[in-house]
Amino acid sequence: MTPAGPRKVAAYLAALAGLSLTLAACSSGGGGDPAAYPEDDIEVIVPFSAGGPTDTVTRMVAEPMSEELGVQLVVQNVDGAGGTVGAGQAAAADPDGYTVLMHHIGMSTAPALYDDLAYDPVTDFKPVGLVTEVPMTIIARSDFEPETFEDFVTYVQENADTVTMAHAGDGSASNLCGLLLMDALGVQVTAVPYDGTGPAMTELVGGQVDFMCDQTTNTTGQITAGEVKAYAVTTPERIEALPDLPTTAEGGQPDVEVSVWHGLYVPAETPDEVVSTLTDALQVALADQAVIDQMADLGTAPVSEDQATPEAHAALLEEQIATWGEIIGAGQGG
Amino acid sequence: MDLLDNLALGFSEALQWHNVLFCLLGVALGTAVGVLPGIGPTATIALLLPITFGFDDPTSALIMLAGIYYGAQYGGSTTAILLNLPGESSAAVTAIDGHEMARAGRAGVALAVAAIGSFVAGTVATVVLAVAAPVLARAALSFGSAEYFSLVVLGLIASIALASGSMLKALAMIVLGILLGTLGQDMYTGTPRFTFGVRELYQGLNFVALAVGMFGIAEILRNLHDPRTRTRLVSRVTNLWPSRTELRQIAGPVLRATGLGSLLGVLPGGGHVLASYASYAVEKRVSRNPSEFGHGAIEGVAGPESANNAAAQTSFIPLLTLGLPANPVMALMAGAFIIQGITPGPDVMTEQPALVWGLIASMWIGNVLLVLLNLPLIGLWVRMLSVPYSVLFPAIVVFACIGTYSLSQNPYDVLAVAVFGVLGFVLIRSGCEPAPLLLGFVLGPLLEDNLRRALLLSRGDPTVFVTRPISGVLLALAAVALVVTVLPMIRRKRDVVFAEDD
Repeated sequence: MTPAGPRKVAAYLAALAGLSLTLAACSSGGGGDPAAYPEDDIEVIVPFSAGGPTDTVTRMVAEPMSEELGVQLVVQNVDGAGGTVGAGQAAAADPDGYTVLMHHIGMSTAPALYDDLAYDPVTDFKPVGLVTEVPMTIIARSDFEPETFEDFVTYVQENADTVTMAHAGDGSASNLCGLLLMDALGVQVTAVPYDGTGPAMTELVGGQVDFMCDQTTNTTGQITAGEVKAYAVTTPERIEALPDLPTTAEGGQPDVEVSVWHGLYVPAETPDEVVSTLTDALQVALADQAVIDQMADLGTAPVSEDQATPEAHAALLEEQIATWGEIIGAGQGG
Repeated sequence: MDLLDNLALGFSEALQWHNVLFCLLGVALGTAVGVLPGIGPTATIALLLPITFGFDDPTSALIMLAGIYYGAQYGGSTTAILLNLPGESSAAVTAIDGHEMARAGRAGVALAVAAIGSFVAGTVATVVLAVAAPVLARAALSFGSAEYFSLVVLGLIASIALASGSMLKALAMIVLGILLGTLGQDMYTGTPRFTFGVRELYQGLNFVALAVGMFGIAEILRNLHDPRTRTRLVSRVTNLWPSRTELRQIAGPVLRATGLGSLLGVLPGGGHVLASYASYAVEKRVSRNPSEFGHGAIEGVAGPESANNAAAQTSFIPLLTLGLPANPVMALMAGAFIIQGITPGPDVMTEQPALVWGLIASMWIGNVLLVLLNLPLIGLWVRMLSVPYSVLFPAIVVFACIGTYSLSQNPYDVLAVAVFGVLGFVLIRSGCEPAPLLLGFVLGPLLEDNLRRALLLSRGDPTVFVTRPISGVLLALAAVALVVTVLPMIRRKRDVVFAEDD
């Protein structure tokens, strides 16, 4: 072995150190004058794993927002405890606009699901605006008996003790939709939790479990291919991606109305001018044709301009916290 | 000749110069990041995923991501062999005999065998993917929770073979691993288990933190404790290439492992996790010298590495044919599909044939590029072992901590590295091996989830495990494996004595 060997390797190690430090340094933000905001990259905390629906929505809007703001929005996935780890981290971040949280409907259900929550979704955050509302669909294995949504309702009510319902874990969107459906139908079926929507959908396609309620993001591909039976969509209007699918209201269950909304937040002490800079950038992103097209593929759309504001979103958040508090309380028998 | 048409379409797509370039770039980047201690394929893809979002051509984006995946996998094996630092569960198996080979001065051979095995497995698995993807995907769907439970039982029993020493200690390690796996929030009731009010522990212990601590840090402590092992590693770096005899020796293991890995990889509910463990168990069982396993058996590297690569390839099958992601890496790939404007689903294969077949063809091209890229690098990697310990050890500790922290910015993970480093050292000193513990940790949650889910679905009727045919057969196999393992142990106690003397 020549003496040059170890030195070369040491140099390589130093290069690796540089690379890993760069990776780790992604989370450092800037500070300073709100009027000059933004001067540095902005960290967007997504409290779920990369590749999931919330992550996908975030990355869709992060790109045009980066262009508009002239700095990069860097997505950080801080997964864990139904999104409360990432949200907690965002609540505790410096209120300088360099840490932003993208959260979904779980923002409003966490207080009912976790009694030891380290933050308050209303008082510890300022909303930047609503981003999108993803519709949900009620689907079943392809050989499940009922043919229409009305049949489905009757069938589930009559066979509540044998029917099984899949969901993607406590507090997940599919779990919430399932709770709402059970509440409206006045029955309890066996709920079978899976570790995420992927495994749940796999077992549904495989016919191991009877039905599920999940976001169009995950279900559209399987519905159009006929791998699963679709009964209804949970929005007031039919959706463009699945025009033949009736709404729950058409099927006589107007109370089963739910969509997975996504919103942007900053820590509560963030200066108002920083918030409005972010809101403006969000509105530009939501009007971007590429974003509209990408969302349409998933059966959703950006929200209208008047909803993508701090005021409108604050109102929605408070209303949703109250609604879900009741439904989750009832579902837990408490 | 649909198949040939499809392959021709795939290769014409994948061999466009820009796609070859993206494939090479992906493989190179994947290797470079995957070689960082503690960063396995899932973390690498998550870190590098955004690079591909700006691409206009979805095929190029997916080809590059797939390249990153194999690159990271290979890079992960490199650190497992050289530094005993596995970045994911399958690399933990490679580390058992791979690192023993490195300690004996045969790191180059181990790396070359891993590369060759992976290449052969990758090639065969690509053919399997092209020929039988839809059929295999349908068959895999008949696996429900009961079947997965029985498969895991079989895996756990077979895995006692992972131990080279006392079987009782191996069993204790598996159980300890299963216990550690129960930590975190219970999926079924939401109840936190052993979290002591720490919210960061709700998602359980991080596998990487556990593996890096138990293997990497404990290994450093062991070396520091015993000056003799410290010098041995530096002085004897022998040949870099496997001999002709050694190549002949690994032919059987590579082929068996490829078959096993290809089949397990298709199962969406965690079959790929079992591939490398299963291959190790099989090779140890069929080997004429099972006592060599755990002390640098070349088959113990060739088998698991091949199985792992084959499984990595075939785990694309559920995603490409049915739009169902089989594991976290595939979930990331599905996310990339969506970002590129393609809704993953059963129609992707018919609506986007150029994309799907291009991706399949690129897997083989990626495997070729990986071998071309890595074989010449083996010399460089091996020289890493000649870095003085005063430099290498602190460097490894720093990398391991940065790598672990960067996974989810969770300081508790770094703390876990330290705790498990010390625990790992204590275990090694008391003759217990970390590999069975890691297996228990990985399979424990699968065992519990599927047991509870199967019982929920059957409304509490435990007979489903034997009345469902596939599950019944797997359990019967597990019973046979148990008898085969236990009988010789009772009959010939001297085997155990021999192993413990060692």
